[in-house]
Amino acid sequence: MNKKKTLGLSVYIIFLLLPIYWLLMMSFKSNSEILGGLSFWPDTFTFDNYMTIFTDPTWYTGYLNSIYYVALNMIITLTVALPAAYAFSRYNFMGDKHLFFWLLTNRMSPPAVFLLPFFQLYSSVGLFDTHIGVALAHCLFNVPLAVWILEGFMSGVPREIDETAYIDGYTFPKFFAKIFLPLIRSGIGVTAFFIFMFSWVELLLARTLTSVDAKPIAAVMTRTVSASGIDWGVLAAAGVLTILPGVVVIWFVRNHVAKGFALGRV
Amino acid sequence: MKKTKSNKAWFLVLPVFILVAFSAIVPLMTVVNYSIQDIFGATRYFVGVEWYREILNNSRLQDSLVRQFVFSGSVLLIEVPLGIAVALMMPKAGKWSVVTLLVLALPLLVPLNVVGTIWQIFGRADIGLFGWGLNALGMDYNYAANPMDAWFTVLLMDVWHWTSLIALLCYSGLRAIPDAYYQAASIDRASNWAVFRYIQLPKLKSVLLIGVLLRFMDSFMIYTEPFVLTGGGPGNSTTFLSQALTKMAVGQFDIGPAGAFSIIYFLIILLVSWLFYTAMTHGDSK
Repeated sequence: MNKKKTLGLSVYIIFLLLPIYWLLMMSFKSNSEILGGLSFWPDTFTFDNYMTIFTDPTWYTGYLNSIYYVALNMIITLTVALPAAYAFSRYNFMGDKHLFFWLLTNRMSPPAVFLLPFFQLYSSVGLFDTHIGVALAHCLFNVPLAVWILEGFMSGVPREIDETAYIDGYTFPKFFAKIFLPLIRSGIGVTAFFIFMFSWVELLLARTLTSVDAKPIAAVMTRTVSASGIDWGVLAAAGVLTILPGVVVIWFVRNHVAKGFALGRV
Repeated sequence: MKKTKSNKAWFLVLPVFILVAFSAIVPLMTVVNYSIQDIFGATRYFVGVEWYREILNNSRLQDSLVRQFVFSGSVLLIEVPLGIAVALMMPKAGKWSVVTLLVLALPLLVPLNVVGTIWQIFGRADIGLFGWGLNALGMDYNYAANPMDAWFTVLLMDVWHWTSLIALLCYSGLRAIPDAYYQAASIDRASNWAVFRYIQLPKLKSVLLIGVLLRFMDSFMIYTEPFVLTGGGPGNSTTFLSQALTKMAVGQFDIGPAGAFSIIYFLIILLVSWLFYTAMTHGDSK
């Protein structure tokens, strides 16, 4: 039974990793080698594709822009979602159920629906082509999700802890920051992971709301297609570099995520 | 858990409310506004439900709606069982469980257009292992020319990208089951199937609800991946709703019909999500 499990899992993991491996190998090949035939390992290792990206400001600012607005989005989302999730998990208040449902409906609205009005609204208030603009737009789907996940984690913390802290003379902000947040650290790790993921992978809104100054890497990548065909090597290298920040994030939050997932309260 | 009644809690929720309302209500109102007017430069006419009627009778859109439902249905039918199976196979603790978690999370962190790019390369017969392999096996596989192959590739791509989400959620649900349940089951000599059916599956219900809803919503809104991979073709065979809508709003600038389309689109997602939600939580009230 156990051998079967390991085998099944291995097959699945190979299925997951093979396309990524293929992309990685391609990024180290020259274009003539890529088009010359299939090989599992580059004949001549070349870093030319990466050099192209690291020496051209239009390329690497794309990465910086994406990282910048994703980080902003994570900060904004967690700042507003933490107190709100606390309110939903601890209190009954006027319209709470309706509000919660309304928040979730925003997760359900296709970005394609809002493209044009978003463009007009953000242009009219001067947020067009700014990092904060993209970060705010991504809050539309990330905040509801963050509230939803955090609320689950917070409900797992017994109320008695709150009450004891208040009796001991803690004020709400002090209790929240010093006692409550450390208790749900893993939950915050899991939430941060999801916020990062959905903001990092999103392209449609990010592309519509930017033109030059805050252009995300995903939009820059279309540059590899030119009249002379697609520059496969640079495209592959750019793709590999978009995966790296995700790997870094997940490496840092790995223990929290593993613990958070193990708590079973996602 | 019993909750305290207090309207002061509104102060904690207010920032979220303001932030989301800014990005949600104004654009939604704008879309509603478009959908009931004929805007032609500076002149606007009120046309009522005219655009809605036009949209509902548009056969191209009906086709992409059907396509969309078939796609989302297939995605759920493949990814949910597969995700549960993967979660059951994952090691329960130790170093390997962290490693598997990390590997599983990897596809989730790939930007949507890069997912498209990866499969665009991987599926090509000349430079991609997958396309080359299928052709070497004697299959005439070409996702750019053959609608069936395009469909197959888009589906496979989605399974590759998102099954991990279901698997991770289910893994977290499985970890929450106390050992005592399994001990009781082994005393009763319950079969593996019985353990799954009567212990694990019921406990997975709440995480599966999140997983199914997220997968339904996102697969129903899919845009970037097929756009990069096939551009909606060959023909219109992989043109899903989002792409049809973007074509209409940005390509042809028919903002009236596009507005009506948006509202209908949104309402369908809302309705189906609500149906899932009610169906899956119905058992709890009994």
